[in-house]
Amino acid sequence: MAKKAVEVPQADYARKYGFRDAEEPLFRAKPGLSREVVEEISWLKGEPAWMRDLRLRALEVFWKKPMPTWGGDLSGINFDEIYYYVRPTDHQVRSWDDVPQYIRRTFDKLGIPQAERQFLAGVGAQYDSEVVYHNLREELATQGVLFLDTDTALREHPELFQEYFGTVVPLADNKFAALNSAVWSGGSFIYVPEGVQVTVPLQAYFRINAEKLGQFERTLIIAEPGSYLHYVEGCTAPIYSADSLHAAVVEVIIKPGARVRYTTIQNWSTNVYNLVTKRAVAYRDSIMEWVDGNLGSKLNMKYPAVFLMEPGAHAEMLSLAFAGKGQHQDAGAKMVHAAPYTSSVVVSKSISKDGGRSSYRGLVKAYPGSVGAKASVRCDALILDDESRSDTYPYMEIDEPQVSIGHEATVTKIADEQLFYLMSRGLSEAEAATLIVSGFIEPVVKELPMEYAVEMNRLIQLQMEGAVG
Amino acid sequence: MSAPLFVIDDLHVNVEGKEILKGVNLTVERGEVHALMGPNGSGKSTLAHTLMGHPRFEVTQGRVLLKGEDILSLPADERARRGMFLGFQYPVEIPGVKVRHFLRMAVKASKGEEPSVTEFRKQLFEKMALLEMDRSFSERYVNEGFSGGEKKRNEILQMAMLEPEMAILDETDSGLDIDALRSVANGMNKLAGPHTGMLLITHYQRILNYIAPHFVHVLFAGRIVRSGGMELAQELEAKGYDWIAGKAVT
Repeated sequence: MAKKAVEVPQADYARKYGFRDAEEPLFRAKPGLSREVVEEISWLKGEPAWMRDLRLRALEVFWKKPMPTWGGDLSGINFDEIYYYVRPTDHQVRSWDDVPQYIRRTFDKLGIPQAERQFLAGVGAQYDSEVVYHNLREELATQGVLFLDTDTALREHPELFQEYFGTVVPLADNKFAALNSAVWSGGSFIYVPEGVQVTVPLQAYFRINAEKLGQFERTLIIAEPGSYLHYVEGCTAPIYSADSLHAAVVEVIIKPGARVRYTTIQNWSTNVYNLVTKRAVAYRDSIMEWVDGNLGSKLNMKYPAVFLMEPGAHAEMLSLAFAGKGQHQDAGAKMVHAAPYTSSVVVSKSISKDGGRSSYRGLVKAYPGSVGAKASVRCDALILDDESRSDTYPYMEIDEPQVSIGHEATVTKIADEQLFYLMSRGLSEAEAATLIVSGFIEPVVKELPMEYAVEMNRLIQLQMEGAVG
Repeated sequence: MSAPLFVIDDLHVNVEGKEILKGVNLTVERGEVHALMGPNGSGKSTLAHTLMGHPRFEVTQGRVLLKGEDILSLPADERARRGMFLGFQYPVEIPGVKVRHFLRMAVKASKGEEPSVTEFRKQLFEKMALLEMDRSFSERYVNEGFSGGEKKRNEILQMAMLEPEMAILDETDSGLDIDALRSVANGMNKLAGPHTGMLLITHYQRILNYIAPHFVHVLFAGRIVRSGGMELAQELEAKGYDWIAGKAVT
């Protein structure tokens, strides 16, 4: 069918998420990366010497490592122009009433306080480099659950912090993990004691406001044996012509019999490079689930990993990527089977439209001795027009013969016959295409809590609007 | 006097540069059921798709009037909103989209307003009962994994929900066993009424044992070559399409 491109693809994003506040930060480090900037960040935060030294070591590693060339095009990042630390307020608060007016307005528009009242057990809100608001329901706090921003955790729980920080993603893991380790600020720290079930989700919201900002939050989750946690994160940013950088590191430790579900709805504006390292280690009979929705950013490179360390550990990845005009979603998963009778499932759904490109890049690795391990990977790509592109890079490294590995991939173009069928029932071409897309992602969306499923469908609708005439 | 419900006037259609329909004329009034019969390759499906506005079919000449207005320049969704319906010979799968969700969107789109949840549900279950369909059917994904009979029943369910004024049913009887045929035909009979026009496109006469048309037409090589009543269908059944072929040549 005839497709008419509408020339304001980001109009709705601009209205709903792309607004900006006048920048009135309390402190802004000068742009560019140097030992001086790193030391300044550490000094401002009043960190112990070991953390400052770790940052400086990480900086050296970052400088030494070459830019990765195997994924998306990173040549547009100008590390000298980025602001690595922008502090909006001088202290964090536990009541929205105490958040500065202009920041409060932003989070109100994004619906965060309302969501907290309605269906969340705790919320953290990061604005540029620092978490400005944090709160956890009293009954969880009394059960020993910790839900803090990561800087506060370092100050208040130094032993717990040092025991786990950097154990899942070492500072030298990759260039952007090293960058994060050098300049990290904010993020969530969650500790769930043995047997405690956090049945209502905890949510963190990451907002970039400043232009040319680098946001480097650091998240660390520890789930003690038999515990349960559902953690959700969302993120948005204003639309700027200059690019921003978001390079987070997430570490998750799941002790025997525990279960963690980590849901991300990534909705950055399309001037943000999103280069994130997410990794979990799962011990005996534990379950790790990543639910990863990637709608925004200019280039997204994210491959959440699970290291299955002991028998019975199970991992799932439900991945959803939408690449619109000017976007490259390079997303996937890494499942590493390091013990017998471990299992993993990857389901990836990607959509490309208006010249967008989505790539599935994934690894399944089975170490010698991982007898009886099972892995399945399913990647489905939907391409909405002739200008758009989809690729699949499924890597397998299988060093144990007694494992069962399955891989399936499909690439579908939205069919004229489907559009005609739906249009013959009165749906406009845009409604028809949106309905086909919503059906395509249904297997992932149905795994989301109701509020997020609604949100996801709404975001997809936004992406689709103006796509087809 | 008001305009006839539906008029096909000297319709010529090309598919990939080749003329398939070579001047079709047909008028359907409210309350009438017309059967259009013809052998494979006579242009039946081309006609059905063209009437509904499939962009692959190029109209080179003629008019199609719905309630007096030419609809040929309108896209399929606009035709649907004005009261047209096409029951597909090969309904398309829409993976991940539940029948009830799709129907709700279709009802909203074609009637211009969102039905209330309870009202919609009531209506849906009523129509499903009418078509002897299990309620669980509405939770399945549109046409995905459906048997031939289920697909056709789903088409009739859509017609029942959308309540079109002019329904074209393209080989709704094909691929059905005798029980499925009977129940689909029963459903169609219940939906036919004094305000609706129906055009049944079929290769075989057997569905006409269940639905008595007011008029029977024979399409051959892109033209309607014979029109009559039920007796024409019976004659065709007895003599086969070769009989028409012979007549058309002479």
